Amino acid sequence: MDSGARGDHAIETRGLNLWYGDFQALYDVDLTVKRGIITSMIGPSGCGKTTMLRTCNRIIERLGYVRTTGSVYVLGHDIFGDDVELVQVRKQIGMVFQRPNPLPISIRDNVLFGFKLHEARLRRVSAAEEDEVLESSLRQVLLWDTVKDRLDKPATGLSLEEQQKLCIARLLPVKPAVLLMDEPCSALDPAGTEAVEELIWKLRGDYTILIVTHNMAQARRASDECVFMLLGRIIEHGRTEELFLAPEHSETSDYIEGRYG
Amino acid sequence: MDRRDAAWYVDRVAQGLIFAGGISAIVFIVGIFVFVTKEGLGFVFGPLQPGEFLTSIAWRPTSNNPTYGALALIVGTASVTGFAMLFSVPLSLGAALFIAEFARGKTREILKVLVEMLAAIPSVVWGFVGMSIMNPLIIRIFDVPVGLTVLNAGLILGLMAAPIMTTIAEDALKAVPDSYREAAEALGATRWEVVVKVVIPASRNGLLAAVLLGVGRGFGETMAVLMASGHAINLPTSPFDSVRALTATIAAELGDAPVGSDHYGSLFTLGILLFVVTFVVNLTADLVVRGVGKK
Repeated sequence: MDSGARGDHAIETRGLNLWYGDFQALYDVDLTVKRGIITSMIGPSGCGKTTMLRTCNRIIERLGYVRTTGSVYVLGHDIFGDDVELVQVRKQIGMVFQRPNPLPISIRDNVLFGFKLHEARLRRVSAAEEDEVLESSLRQVLLWDTVKDRLDKPATGLSLEEQQKLCIARLLPVKPAVLLMDEPCSALDPAGTEAVEELIWKLRGDYTILIVTHNMAQARRASDECVFMLLGRIIEHGRTEELFLAPEHSETSDYIEGRYG
Repeated sequence: MDRRDAAWYVDRVAQGLIFAGGISAIVFIVGIFVFVTKEGLGFVFGPLQPGEFLTSIAWRPTSNNPTYGALALIVGTASVTGFAMLFSVPLSLGAALFIAEFARGKTREILKVLVEMLAAIPSVVWGFVGMSIMNPLIIRIFDVPVGLTVLNAGLILGLMAAPIMTTIAEDALKAVPDSYREAAEALGATRWEVVVKVVIPASRNGLLAAVLLGVGRGFGETMAVLMASGHAINLPTSPFDSVRALTATIAAELGDAPVGSDHYGSLFTLGILLFVVTFVVNLTADLVVRGVGKK
């Protein structure tokens, strides 16, 4: 496959193996994530979903004892390639974590953190432009009306649901192509889960979204395609309704029916 | 049912001992305060002339017509501590940043052990270094007549205060949740940007407390300053002037001052001054750590 065809896919991994020290967490993963849709990843705890996700922006390397073989292409670029800058990879790929992790600074500074980081390298940004970016990002995550009067208050004072929305909002100003979400609702109450899910659904089309979830109902409700992983391997990948209604593999159907996991 | 078996008594005794241990810190600090003020207050409300004490540099407690001007001593202590901080704060915070944020594995462990070992060097040894190594070195390098100066004492004191500042600053940096670093890195920040824009602002209070504790350490240090500062009553106009510190004055003179005399009382007055200053500095550091006054 030439790189032109690769560019059609948001994320593509080929023969990806990953080790934490001596423990192999991913085996020969070939995954293709299509552009503009929501792909969910399900599977029991420890099956490698989160590892897979964290490999796509190479944040996994923070641990220091991680080794990989194989390749990962994001928008056609080999992110392990020598000519690839990590900062640029992470500009293209936004990440939402399991626990909302706003920085201990004001709401405004949180939203503009990435924007200032990337844009300030290139040019001067006017205060008016910052305000505009701030408002539009917060509007996109349906948070503007709630926080517009306390933009200079610390972000850590928001509710978990609001924090998680804020964590999504701060990705948008740098215009990423892909959003990685690692169980974004697992720390939220049912109402918060619903609100954030609604938001994720709203972002569909504008962004390619790869979301890890423990919650099969969520995967079913909120995704176009679904990937089932087990013990570091991808077992099945298909359209969500097909995977849930007529899974090809017995492991998938057993998991979906709740026989393990 | 009688539950007073052996375990019950052991528990009681242990509780008592631990309570006594905990309360003893308070008892001692109050005891020291009472002692120092008791010995000093007689002088403060008696022969002391506050105007002279604070504005005159004439510290002549043993002359026939004694004067107790402590200005030179106060300025001496302040200049040595200030000079020490000037050079020690960047050094210590830099070391803490390197250990906490950049060094890994063995390097980090070795550095931590070395910094802690630095804290274990007795102050008289530091004073010895100041007298016999720094002194000739300063005379040679800067071509000055004396090497026992603000510069010498400041450098020695800076090195002495560095370990505690480094250790506390490192703890403050360590206390920053890793999720902040991860969030910033995922947004595309480089490691340096993570440190400058996230870690340092998040640990600001702890870093400030580290500096304040270093200042407190500097104020209270006696032996090394006595040995390295020249111990000359003098208002310094440059780092190459000798000075005399409050602490050094007490250490050098208390043995010769007859108990109960004005001289004795005046030294305790210096002690009260030191006690109050270090107490305020440490209390501020403590409040800063707890985040009082945080927005």
